Amino acid sequence: MFTRYHRRRIINSINLSLSLLTMVIGLGALSWILWTLLRFGIHGISLKLFTEITPPPGSSGGLINAIFGSIIMSLTGTLIGTPIGIMAGTYLSEFGQRGILAPITRFINDVLLSAPSIVIGLFVYEVYVVTTHHFSGWAGSFALALLVIPVVVRTTEDMLRLVPDTLREAAAALGAPRWKVVSSVIWKASSAGMITGVMLAFARITGETAPLLFTALNNQFMSTNMNAPMSNLPVVIFQMAMSPYDDWHDLAWAGALLITTTVLLLSILARVVFKKDQSAN
Amino acid sequence: METSHKISLRKLDFYYGKHHALKDINLDIVGNQVTAFIGPSGCGKSTLLRTLNRMYELYPGQRAEGEILLDGINILDPKTDLNKLRARIGMVFQKPTPFPMSIFDNIAFGIKLYEAPSRSELADRVEWALKKAALWSEVKDKLNQSGISLSGGQQQRLCIARGIAVKPEVLLLDEPSSALDPISTARIEELIHELKNDFTIAIVTHSMQQAARVSDFTAYMYLGEMMEYGRTDVIFTNPTKKETEDYITGKFG
Repeated sequence: MFTRYHRRRIINSINLSLSLLTMVIGLGALSWILWTLLRFGIHGISLKLFTEITPPPGSSGGLINAIFGSIIMSLTGTLIGTPIGIMAGTYLSEFGQRGILAPITRFINDVLLSAPSIVIGLFVYEVYVVTTHHFSGWAGSFALALLVIPVVVRTTEDMLRLVPDTLREAAAALGAPRWKVVSSVIWKASSAGMITGVMLAFARITGETAPLLFTALNNQFMSTNMNAPMSNLPVVIFQMAMSPYDDWHDLAWAGALLITTTVLLLSILARVVFKKDQSAN
Repeated sequence: METSHKISLRKLDFYYGKHHALKDINLDIVGNQVTAFIGPSGCGKSTLLRTLNRMYELYPGQRAEGEILLDGINILDPKTDLNKLRARIGMVFQKPTPFPMSIFDNIAFGIKLYEAPSRSELADRVEWALKKAALWSEVKDKLNQSGISLSGGQQQRLCIARGIAVKPEVLLLDEPSSALDPISTARIEELIHELKNDFTIAIVTHSMQQAARVSDFTAYMYLGEMMEYGRTDVIFTNPTKKETEDYITGKFG
């Protein structure tokens, strides 16, 4: 007998199958990417990658100058962007209830969040590279910092909003001034979420190519001078992959595998940190 | 009445935006006594409590009109320093709200806001507050543990200890035991009896038995108005108004 109950069961299984299918497509695409990277990149992974600089075509070498440059510029970008992002996010969540400054800031931040990263690169090129007359590690770091800020602003505001108002009231009820409530109680209560946001922002900028093309450019040699062009993994991968040389292709695959694994591990770490704190509460 | 008035409300009105939540409240709260506020949900008793330390100022659109005299000085005056006012009038909330820090730091936080005690003075004061709140024996060996790790009843006593550690003159309790089990509730009520030697206490409660047990004075509120106010024994045995009698005998509410 074809009852309402049977019909509901059939509709249920159709919906369930569709959901499963889309999940399989999403996961499938991701595993395909990872598998391809692993297949072409794994034989390029060796100790040399971490000890030798990028070679000219036809000779062997590694990626240490690019790895070093990427770490330095991503760290500097995160260090510049994080305090600005946290302060702005705190303003939006804790101090911006009245007036129109907060809604305007929030809107502009959303625009910045979705701005194509190549636009950020062009902007830093125009205001920094052109005025200083050279590409540099600083320029690259500034461009990356501009990508960090909107991510950290958003996650900071979201995380602070998760803190219940009762905690703010409890601190205020003791006679604590507003800034003390925020710095001693509210930040502590949401620190794990805020750290997660910073880590995700860091993970995001380590893979950015476009903002570095016009700012840090590249460097074939090991350089620690932040006022000179600086090598970095994404641009090196881009240049080597576009070249006609097989040994450069191998290095590009190895670099791509390296960067993807790093981002994946950072994201997993960020989630583990966040989970751990959530269960503690 | 033989005792002094610690807090006096004069023609107090309160608004949530356009909603008129408290209507022309006149009331005297007696020093070193427990005053209970009872009434059905939404009658304004919590709102009234939150005007006494101007907690409502945290939110835009909420405002109070009239006078609230604390020792004869109007605290609704815009020139009042809110932080200093709140240091004089402590508050404990319905849900326990331990800060995400150690038990010791939970208590020390408020003390360090207005005083600069030495380490040993601070330790003594923390011990004093925890003993006053009848929590010391349970936590004295784990002062460095997170306040969140305590049970609900312990958390609430931690919040009371935190509130009295800054030595306020008045303690506001907003349904302090409604989220707790009967044993924890009994402990909190014992505590209230002890604390009124040192503090003036105002308590909002949904439990009429609790009001009868802990308070010296009771105020019955309904729809933002003060229906009846007087000595607890009189209110509960011989109320003057029919509405009060209906509420406390359970015919209504």
